[in-house]
Amino acid sequence: MHTAREKLSTKLGAHGVLILYTLIALFPVFVIVTNSFKTRRAIFRDPLGLPNEESFSLIGYETVMKQGDFFLYFQNSMIVTVASLFFILLFGAMAAFALAEYRFKGNTLMGLYLALGIMIPIRIGTVAILEMMVSTGLVNTLWALILVYTAQGLPLAVFILSEFMKGVSDDLKNAGRIDGLSEYKIFFVLVLPLVRPAMATVAVFNMIPIWNDLWFPLILAPAEETKTLTLGSQVFIGQFVTDWNAVLSALSLAILPVMVLYVIFSRQLIRGITSGAVK
Amino acid sequence: MSAPQTKAKTRWHIVVFLAPAVFVYTAVMIYPLFNTLRLSFFDTVDRERIFVGLENFRTLFGNAIWSDQFWNALGNNFWFFVIHMLVQNPIGIALAAILSSPRLRFAALYRTAIFVPTILSFVIVGFAWKLILSPIWGIAPGMLDAIGLKFLYAPWLGKEEYALTTLSLVSVWQFVGIPMMLIYAALLSIPEEILEAGECDGITGLSAFWKIKLPLILPSIGIISILTFVSNFNAFDLIYAAQGALAGPDFSTDILGTFMYRTFFGFQLQLGDPHMGSAIASAMFLIILVGVCLYLFGIQRRLRTYQF
Repeated sequence: MHTAREKLSTKLGAHGVLILYTLIALFPVFVIVTNSFKTRRAIFRDPLGLPNEESFSLIGYETVMKQGDFFLYFQNSMIVTVASLFFILLFGAMAAFALAEYRFKGNTLMGLYLALGIMIPIRIGTVAILEMMVSTGLVNTLWALILVYTAQGLPLAVFILSEFMKGVSDDLKNAGRIDGLSEYKIFFVLVLPLVRPAMATVAVFNMIPIWNDLWFPLILAPAEETKTLTLGSQVFIGQFVTDWNAVLSALSLAILPVMVLYVIFSRQLIRGITSGAVK
Repeated sequence: MSAPQTKAKTRWHIVVFLAPAVFVYTAVMIYPLFNTLRLSFFDTVDRERIFVGLENFRTLFGNAIWSDQFWNALGNNFWFFVIHMLVQNPIGIALAAILSSPRLRFAALYRTAIFVPTILSFVIVGFAWKLILSPIWGIAPGMLDAIGLKFLYAPWLGKEEYALTTLSLVSVWQFVGIPMMLIYAALLSIPEEILEAGECDGITGLSAFWKIKLPLILPSIGIISILTFVSNFNAFDLIYAAQGALAGPDFSTDILGTFMYRTFFGFQLQLGDPHMGSAIASAMFLIILVGVCLYLFGIQRRLRTYQF
């Protein structure tokens, strides 16, 4: 009896702590989203209340839709994220396959060289990156961002993927070779489908930092037509500081796409982290 | 295998597989990194780039206008890091320990919810907290009033003495999910037998955590510490989103990232100076390199990794 009661109280304690922390984690999001649907008066008079018939208003969203080019920003973010992920996965998997599959001179050295970038942030090189993008005319194009994010994502991608590729059975590949498949076919047809779970992990790890980055869009592509959603909302909110309806609506709109991505990929992300892919 | 045969000719497919990754990585990451280090030894005189040796570093450390800003930013950055180490990582470890307790219901739900702030952008996080802590809106003072602690309220982000700590705590709030997940994974990988053996010796509950689990997850705590170090000394976005490039009030929230941005890109009356910006970037590179080396050669070697 005694131990059972003790166990119940530790269990309740555990849930208590977790619920409290969950509230702390979600509270700001909750406040922003609920208030974005309220009239200005209700926002200030009763900030914690839910919108009701009297206080419901979409005025903030109307301002945002009229002023900001949110659809364009969203499209830019989408293009940059998807293209960067594509190149990270393609180039990363190819390099990982070369390192994991073939024994050649300098294999270890090449692996170490590619792994350098895991610990050293690419931002340190910003001054020279900007100069290079200016001289090649890529500044204020989405290509500048795609190239930077691809370079940034490659080291960890190669590292994770080559660990996985070492686990692909040799018999399968040798069977392919006996059947006369070229090394390229072996990679694209036999190996790539087998490492899909690892590729998903790499994609999810890279997706959110790319989507949320503010530094490189600010420096490499601040032009109106290449603004990403993160930079666009930063500029928009800065201009509308005093229009609380518009600011809250813009914040809610910026939260929305990431939340959708998170809901779709959260299992993959959490499985990726907990399976020790980054250890 | 017919090794001698393949050795004779170049195996082009290896080159083809490696080339794109190595090219993009070298051209966009490694080359600019070294080029930035190189640029820190140059300056623009009469629109021409000339080699000036260590002149930029002499300005950065010798000229009071620059060195005051640099040491201020470095000091603030250290405080930013200290708060993360003292608040973020212990909370993350505690949450992971609770989450990993056996047969806990809704564990997946809690895990997903607590990770939500980590996926939000700095822009959202910075502005959301700015609004919540703002004296104009009054959510923070209102809530403190409700529990009788209104006297504690101050416009934290507007006061020099609190602003940096407040922003550090906002960043902690955002990133607690990462140490939580990594430690959670490490705790799950501890084999049942070890814990059961401890149980036979009467070690359960909290003492099992301190005596068995904590020593086993020390390598993961080491990894978290170095990840925190690198990301903190390269931070920029949150400060910029919440306080702007001037890192106000009166530079009290200035860290190396914002200092480098202002120097390199310019703001208001100050013109951008890529060479001084490179000098600051080189200093940041050195700090991160020293930190990573200390970890790799000083700490990681002493932590025993247990293979199960």
